[in-house]
Amino acid sequence: MSSAHTKTEHGHTDHNYLNHGSGIWSWMTTLDHKRIGLMYFATVATLFLIGGFFALGIRLHLAKFGAEPLLSPDTYNKFMTFHGAIMVFMVIIPGIPAFLGNFVLPIQLGAKDVAFPRLNLASYYIFIAGALIAASSMIFNQVDTGWTFYTPYSTAKTSNGVILLVLGAFTMGFSSILTGLNFIVTTHKLRAPGMTMDRIPLMIWALYSTSIIQILATPILAITLLLIGAEKTLGVGIFDPDLGGDPVLFQHFFWFYSHPAVYIMILPAMGVISELITAFSKKTIFGYRAIAYSSVAIAAVSFLVWGHHMFVSGQSTIAGIVFSIITMFVGVPTAIKLFNWISTMYRGTVTFEAPMLFALGFMFLFTIGGLTGVFLASTGMDVHFHDTYFVVAHFHYVMVGGTLMALMGGIFYWFPKMFGKMTSDLGGRISWVLIFTGFNVTFFPQFVLGAMGMPRRYFDYLPEYTNLNQISTVGSWLIGLGFLVGLITIIHGILKGEKASDNPWGAKTLEWQTSSPPPHENFTTTPTVTAGPYDFR
Amino acid sequence: MSWSSLIPATSFMPIQATEIAKEVDLLYAFLIIASLVSFVILIGGMTWFLIKFKRTSVDQKSAYITHNNFAEFLWSFIPLVIMMGIFYWGMVIFEKLRTPPEDIAAEIHVTAEQWAWTYRYANGKEFYSSANDPMIVPAGKATKLILTSKDVIHSFYVPAFRTKQDAVPGKLTQLWFEPKQPGEYIVFCTEYCGTKHSGMMIKIKAIPPEEYAAWYHAEKKGADTPADLGKTLFAQKACASCHSIDGSRIVGPTMKGLFGSNRKFADGSQAKADENYLRESILVSSAKIVEGYPPAMPVFQGQLSDEDVANLIEYIKSIK
Ligand code: HEM
Ligand SMILES: [Cu+2]
Repeated sequence: MSSAHTKTEHGHTDHNYLNHGSGIWSWMTTLDHKRIGLMYFATVATLFLIGGFFALGIRLHLAKFGAEPLLSPDTYNKFMTFHGAIMVFMVIIPGIPAFLGNFVLPIQLGAKDVAFPRLNLASYYIFIAGALIAASSMIFNQVDTGWTFYTPYSTAKTSNGVILLVLGAFTMGFSSILTGLNFIVTTHKLRAPGMTMDRIPLMIWALYSTSIIQILATPILAITLLLIGAEKTLGVGIFDPDLGGDPVLFQHFFWFYSHPAVYIMILPAMGVISELITAFSKKTIFGYRAIAYSSVAIAAVSFLVWGHHMFVSGQSTIAGIVFSIITMFVGVPTAIKLFNWISTMYRGTVTFEAPMLFALGFMFLFTIGGLTGVFLASTGMDVHFHDTYFVVAHFHYVMVGGTLMALMGGIFYWFPKMFGKMTSDLGGRISWVLIFTGFNVTFFPQFVLGAMGMPRRYFDYLPEYTNLNQISTVGSWLIGLGFLVGLITIIHGILKGEKASDNPWGAKTLEWQTSSPPPHENFTTTPTVTAGPYDFR
Repeated sequence: MSWSSLIPATSFMPIQATEIAKEVDLLYAFLIIASLVSFVILIGGMTWFLIKFKRTSVDQKSAYITHNNFAEFLWSFIPLVIMMGIFYWGMVIFEKLRTPPEDIAAEIHVTAEQWAWTYRYANGKEFYSSANDPMIVPAGKATKLILTSKDVIHSFYVPAFRTKQDAVPGKLTQLWFEPKQPGEYIVFCTEYCGTKHSGMMIKIKAIPPEEYAAWYHAEKKGADTPADLGKTLFAQKACASCHSIDGSRIVGPTMKGLFGSNRKFADGSQAKADENYLRESILVSSAKIVEGYPPAMPVFQGQLSDEDVANLIEYIKSIK
């Protein structure tokens, strides 16, 4: 880092959060939300690489290029489990809230930091501890249950490694709850003067709704995971029918958390997209209230639809029908958001820098993911598609196509603020082209495979599925390459990027009104807010 | 030929071996069209705006439009109506998939385990299947499966019939189908169940009803039918000391005409006496007490195997 206190061309001192204290120790003990955000970034990016390694392994195996299978069935099942567990619990769930959320939320509110900075740092270390515990299960006592841990397979028929993995997820849950709590209090208590609730940026509305889900749903997961541990070690009979338990009960518990969790993954992404689309259309967001309230509506309804994962589990027909209709209701606020974003571009002045390309990629992929969700919400149709590759394609379109595109867009968008430097726009665009193309080549054929009847979590398959699987594998390498280019672009930006101005995109929210990178406490003088967040008049 | 065959995406579906498969595919074709239209409206609209409103000079101004109540109402209301339609259509098919018809030509107890299926016919024919022994069923008639599992959850999925049902340990679930034509249809396990999950396949072989009858009555593997075995158990376990089989009332309810009848319980609830109800009543009778009877029956949980229970159920079903 450059030495502190030199004059810049703006005339104020070049003292910012990056050089406020130096050395590794100043980072590890920092209470600054911006630094904590970046620490999450480094951690999540590392985990993403590991999860990606398993993904490529899975795909390479399924391409059946050689005469011999690449993996043994047990190894395959472990790869599938690690891939799913890492990507869900350690990448997509914490990705946007813990990393981008931590960095952006207080600045967007005009606050000096989150409400409980020490708790924020503690959340980070709890996350690390959870990730380490989970990782130890991969090294010592490997798990092959799939990331859903369905009983009685997980409790009665597989290794004790499950206990470690579950304990890891349990621990990470605390991190999630504490971060959510911190965000809610920060949003309510630390807004700058004049920042009324209807002037907070949509990113904050999204993080706020997410936090509510995190606080309410995560404890359910925690209890469920503890019960698995208890059943495995002490033999309490909650889920195992041999002990008098009910295996389907586990699915109710699990999805009661994990369905809302899907919105923990996608709502923050929607927040990012709202920011990107206004900023690059240079136009105020269309239907601010509709977007804000639909986030809260989605958060609320998401608690009532868990049973749509269980249409063929043996739950009653009536239950299936009720869950189906409620699920359809979630589709409406989702559709509202898409229409609002598109209307925002209407009569705007749109530019296409890398972050915007990722936002547009999000729109494209998320639309496909959302529409195929309607297929699955329809009971009669889902009976055919449940647990086939159609589902695999659907959730990758939503979670990877949606969340990961938003995450990438968000990184390129806020990068200048984070590091005071620009990334190469060309690098960002190349990365986008590769990821976007590769993604469709990988996952679109999986819709077809699902329609043809190929079940998911299959080590081996019928010959008629071969061609589509091979196409899918080729696509996965394009995605891998795309992320590699993205990573190089980011590292290059950090080391050699051109100096960024305070507001390179001409955006209106508060974080762009302070210097890049911001000073230790975000603003030299507390800002006063006099208008809505996207006032492009 | 129907309009739906004009949609290329429907050609990826497996063959339509049942009437319901056709109905599912019709819904599928509709969903594909509706999705394509929505996709074109959304992404097409977006692309058009992107081209039309591309920024051309540095100081260009955007319009200032904050919202439009009428448009927002329309795009919430129209999707809602369409989705309610799709919900209803799906529900109609779902209920058909879930409700077996009255006249069942073959009823088979299917037990899953890692990594095979066993099927037992009403006359005692029994198969432990790896991929070679297909499940024989009559074509053109309805077959009902009563599913359970010995170890973990499995799922019985027949793509050609567009139907699927989990086999859950400790529970009985059911599935029915009516293959239109003789033929062989593949069955996958679709609930992840460990190492050989993807190898857990069998075939259903539908044969003409006369052939089926001949096969069914031909020399069988077990000597006694499940109902016979159940009858023996009924005597051995002294069930008869409390339950009559001729309709008269002793300590507990009679077995005569019990299966399929409507039961009223002491707590005011009701249920139809299906296989799952019988199973629960045998193993843990205190779970539901029939109105007007004392909760006097002992717990048989742990004393009867799954197979014993299945045999008892078959016997009770036979007491008409
Ligand atoms: C290079 C990109 C990726 C590829 C090629 C890929 C591929 C796959 C494949 C082949 C499966 C196995 C499906 C099965 O056997 O049932 C799978 C499962 C899964 N993937 Fe990915 N994936 C990628 C990225 C991601 C990301 C970023 C996430 C983050 C959420 C993710 C989440 C999941 C989940 C939750 C499962 C389910 C695991 C399970 O069935 O237990 N994937 N993926
Ligand atoms: Cu199985």
